[in-house]
Amino acid sequence: MREITYRQALNEALAEELERDPNVFLMGEEVAEYQGAYKVSAGLLQRFGPRRIIDTPISENGFAGLGIGAAMVGLRPIIEFMTFSFSLVAFDQVVNNAPNMFMMSGGQFNIPITFRGPNGPAHQLGATHSHATENFYASVPGLKVCTPATPRDAKGLLKTAVRDDNPVLVLEAELLYSSKGMVEPPDEELLIPLGKAEVKREGSDVTVVCYAQTVPIALKVAAQLEEEGISAEIVDLRSIKPLDEQAIFASVAKTHRVVIVEQDHPFCGVGAEICYRIQKDIFDALDAPILRVSQEDVPMPYNEHLEHAVLPNPEKLIAAIRRVCYA
Amino acid sequence: MQPVEQRDEVEMLSLMLLIRRFEERASQQYQAQKIGGFCHLYIGQEAVVTGAIAAVRPDDYVITAYRDHGHACCSRGLGGSMHFFDKRHHMYGGHAIVAAHVPLGVGLAFAIKYRGEDRVTLCFFGDGAINQGSFHEALNLAALYRLPIIFICENNLFAMGTSVKRSTSLKQIVDRAEGYDIPGEIVDGMNFREVRDKVAEVADSIRKESHPAFLEVRTYRYRGHSMSDPASYRTKDELEKYRLDDPIIRLRAQLTREGKLTNEQFDQLDKRAKETVLAAVKFAEESPELPVEKLYDYVYFNGAKS
Repeated sequence: MREITYRQALNEALAEELERDPNVFLMGEEVAEYQGAYKVSAGLLQRFGPRRIIDTPISENGFAGLGIGAAMVGLRPIIEFMTFSFSLVAFDQVVNNAPNMFMMSGGQFNIPITFRGPNGPAHQLGATHSHATENFYASVPGLKVCTPATPRDAKGLLKTAVRDDNPVLVLEAELLYSSKGMVEPPDEELLIPLGKAEVKREGSDVTVVCYAQTVPIALKVAAQLEEEGISAEIVDLRSIKPLDEQAIFASVAKTHRVVIVEQDHPFCGVGAEICYRIQKDIFDALDAPILRVSQEDVPMPYNEHLEHAVLPNPEKLIAAIRRVCYA
Repeated sequence: MQPVEQRDEVEMLSLMLLIRRFEERASQQYQAQKIGGFCHLYIGQEAVVTGAIAAVRPDDYVITAYRDHGHACCSRGLGGSMHFFDKRHHMYGGHAIVAAHVPLGVGLAFAIKYRGEDRVTLCFFGDGAINQGSFHEALNLAALYRLPIIFICENNLFAMGTSVKRSTSLKQIVDRAEGYDIPGEIVDGMNFREVRDKVAEVADSIRKESHPAFLEVRTYRYRGHSMSDPASYRTKDELEKYRLDDPIIRLRAQLTREGKLTNEQFDQLDKRAKETVLAAVKFAEESPELPVEKLYDYVYFNGAKS
């Protein structure tokens, strides 16, 4: 194992899949000559050439649709959205074309496409550049959605996504690109299955369900609360859809208390679905209501203090954990 | 692959007849509530798809919008009114969101060029599609990347109830292509031979050197936008005028004049078309319904559930 950044992990995943399968290509704004808006695709143009690493004009609907059409005849496109806030311009393609084609064609055309890029709020990007889109896309039948939080998960999930024969969204996070973590050496094939959560830290008093940017928050809080005698089990979803409900249930059966900390908005957010499933299937295991920590239900302000007040943070999570523990 | 000039015109006429009889029967079935949802008939426009298909190879790619029964008949595929698909015959749908399939068509063409093949993509759409954002993005991408695609606008003068004059800022639809540096021409879509010859010429040019092209094919639909449209936005006189241009009658007259088709032969073709359609209706009526549990098999390829 060696320590690399989340950005490097994604870069390795891209390079390995491009090398392995000549049908794979990467397309998006600034992915080639600029080396990637966030440098995720650095060096790929030089290594694989302009046929495989393709810069696009600012035409999200156009190039998302292009990718889907190419996937219909067996290519395996990796379409990058510079941020998933821009994917909204291509919403019709991602929601109406990619996931429906298999059913509409009666099973003739599956769409082995990967849409990837940074997702969720970052620092003071304003209301139009801060969208957490996981709940929009997870609600669409036919899509798969994953949200890696660590370099290892980023590499393993992106590789799996590219090899999946269905449309998969890999929702990364700008603020995680420079984070570091231990990853298997490059000569070891690293594939992490979609639909499998991971317990990032074991505990016994409360289950904290998290994903993407809320994972570091949850881990930080768990370390702090350990000293107060509260043992938190951190369940990193890794995939939103398929959702690993068995992993969630197994943890709740053990701890009897749940807090969900998510980076999206509360109304119809990912946590709402998880709450429903927990109370539906293991209601009797609960010793307290389920609480959620999410963004506030407001458009994202630019101002630093206001943005901080909107976002999930350690203080909000600690308060929620104390409440469910009646501590 | 048969060269275009030798492709049997009588066979193509019988294909146009098949489309016409199919659409008439579809109309009846819809009124009898055997077909639900939307149903958009291709009556009057038969020469467009038949002419185009006659001009290209069986391994070229075809994609179109929701007025797709004719395109499906040409590829002998079947599915469900707005969404006919046929992988074996390279028919990539059958799409219902106006102009959303045009980027898909560009993607098909991208794959052709990526693989170094000499296929072409025929991307059909109506006059209503040329004002949608995805159309513009697609044309720009096709021109920028020099992709092997023929954009075929079936201009039947109306997008539902809105005439081209009321929707489009340009005088001619083909002028949109110029804005993307794509060569464009106007074609008489009621004339099978003109459609065929123009598409063949353009396809030939594209196979030699990959590039996009645009054809504004002027045609007319004899029925409303869909089964629920009484088409009160056009006059009876206008409809009668275009009926005189019926592409089937026209090709029949040409072939008869040239001694290639007798009245008896035409009647045989028509009889056969009607029989084929009736057999299709029977097949549909006798086919079992899909069990509800099977729904989940079509969410993901390999049937994995969420």
